[in-house]
Amino acid sequence: MSAPLTEQIVHARGLTRDFVVRSGGLRRTKRVVHAVVDLDMDIASGEAVGYIGANGAGKSTTIKMLTGILSPTSGEVTTCGMHPQRERRALAREIGVVFGQRSQLWWDLPLRESYRVLAAIHQLGTDHRHRLEELIEALDLSSFLDTAVRQLSLGQRIRGEIAAALLHSPRLLILDEPTIGLDVLSKERLRGFLVAERRQHGTTLLLTTHDMDDVQRLTDRIVVVDHGRVAYSGDLPGLVQRVGADRVIVVDLEEPTPPLAGIAGTRLLGTEADGLRQRLAFGTSTSAASVLTAVSARASIRDLTIEEPDIEDVVRRLYASQQLD
Amino acid sequence: MGEPTTAARSAVGRLAWWGPYGALVGSRLRAQLAYRRSFVLDMLGSVGVGLIEFAEIYVIFSSVSALGGLDFAAMVLMFGFANVAFSLADLLVGHVDRIPFYLRTGTLDAFLLRPLPVLAQLVTSDVQLRRIGRTLLALVLLVIALVVNPITLTPGTVALLVLTPIAGTAIFSGLFVCAAGLQFWLIEGSEMANAFTYGSSYAAQFPTSIFTLPMRLLFTFVVPAAFTAYLPTLALLGLDGPAGTPAWLGWLTPVAAIGIWAVAMLAWRGGLRHYTGAGS
Repeated sequence: MSAPLTEQIVHARGLTRDFVVRSGGLRRTKRVVHAVVDLDMDIASGEAVGYIGANGAGKSTTIKMLTGILSPTSGEVTTCGMHPQRERRALAREIGVVFGQRSQLWWDLPLRESYRVLAAIHQLGTDHRHRLEELIEALDLSSFLDTAVRQLSLGQRIRGEIAAALLHSPRLLILDEPTIGLDVLSKERLRGFLVAERRQHGTTLLLTTHDMDDVQRLTDRIVVVDHGRVAYSGDLPGLVQRVGADRVIVVDLEEPTPPLAGIAGTRLLGTEADGLRQRLAFGTSTSAASVLTAVSARASIRDLTIEEPDIEDVVRRLYASQQLD
Repeated sequence: MGEPTTAARSAVGRLAWWGPYGALVGSRLRAQLAYRRSFVLDMLGSVGVGLIEFAEIYVIFSSVSALGGLDFAAMVLMFGFANVAFSLADLLVGHVDRIPFYLRTGTLDAFLLRPLPVLAQLVTSDVQLRRIGRTLLALVLLVIALVVNPITLTPGTVALLVLTPIAGTAIFSGLFVCAAGLQFWLIEGSEMANAFTYGSSYAAQFPTSIFTLPMRLLFTFVVPAAFTAYLPTLALLGLDGPAGTPAWLGWLTPVAAIGIWAVAMLAWRGGLRHYTGAGS
């Protein structure tokens, strides 16, 4: 079953979903909430797309429509060439989904047993053992395979969930907030795994996250959604440029230095330790190199880091700029 | 290398439809049996519930000699039928009416993301083996009732004896599925659903003849609880039924089971469509 490389994994046109919210009390009122409005989305086979937006912007609702959990109020969507609801069971064999906040494993079963049941559910046959070995190795699951899921730490559980979603080698992997609540090291390991997994198997990835590093490390392209509508679609630098988000340069200096105020194109955010460490914000029209040149003219630099704009901040700016339009 | 033989593959093919459910049920049973002591205590609790319900009937018969045209021996037979059917249904599908819980925990979404029918997953996801305690108690009472009641064993009565608990289990299971379907609409309606399932189980333990005619018709033709025990008891003992529900209806328990399952599937499909928003 070979498919052309440019095959569409997700194709959505005018996707819309309304919810009727009834509030109780003596005077019952009905209110229609537009969770997703007129959304177009295309994801080609092998792409990695970050799906970004504030809480309640419509991310989860979109995912539920793509996977056949919810049906759209209007508009159409095909996932892996299938109608998500009419062909729900066939589609389930082609996709793997992880909701970071909710477990799809059995809380009272050891992981090993969960995988046995999942293999039976997907009717994988004996060749799934090779795949399972591969996932156990890559996600480093072996030390807690025989522990009941309810006793796992969050990081262990998420790794277990991701292995469960990948066991049947889906063409599309959907991760909803996979790194939320993980420590820095666990996040980095998980990202490393996902990069390697995609390189090896060409799995298409749709990822929702609040973490800028997730977006940078894992995705080729982002879609920002605001109040159910697409607010931006393109790559991350393009978004940063569009909203003019500031990057921050942090310089560690050899000697205590007076505040580095007044450098062209920068804004001094603060100084620490008698001016040994200073933080300067600069916009997209200024280059890091020119800031560095200006700083080194006034003090000698021992070390430096550049902080990329925070995703929340970028999205907030994007939302704000759209309200002005 | 590692290729399954043709024979093995065709065996797998024949069992393929059951494979996933076998694994699901098997994993549930292993998880429940992992803590032996708590399982035994739960099972004894289940026997206790059955004993208390039986004591109620015993107490009633300490002051009357017949209830609704049935003597104590006939009541034990009826109690046995009703309890075998209800406890087996409770064991197999009793958890399906916890829809609000499954919605809250996201379990239902997980079911929708697997390549199996949702109801089949729901049924096999939480089989409660501990409820077998009550089934065993009911079976013991049923055997005692067969000895103390004047039943002549003919092919007909034997067929009725075998058919009644099976069809009765199907009826109560159907009622549980109806309740599950309704709860997609009544998220806070578990009390109402309980009235439906546990209420009909309670009603099934008493001769429907003690109810007024409207109630009798309700528990016969709308919620077919009378079919699980009372009517087959009348048919087995050759007794006459009250007006509106003659004893020969006792032979129609399987028909009632098919009827309630038709309603149950409509309620379930409607409920699930309501949840996914595919128009209701």
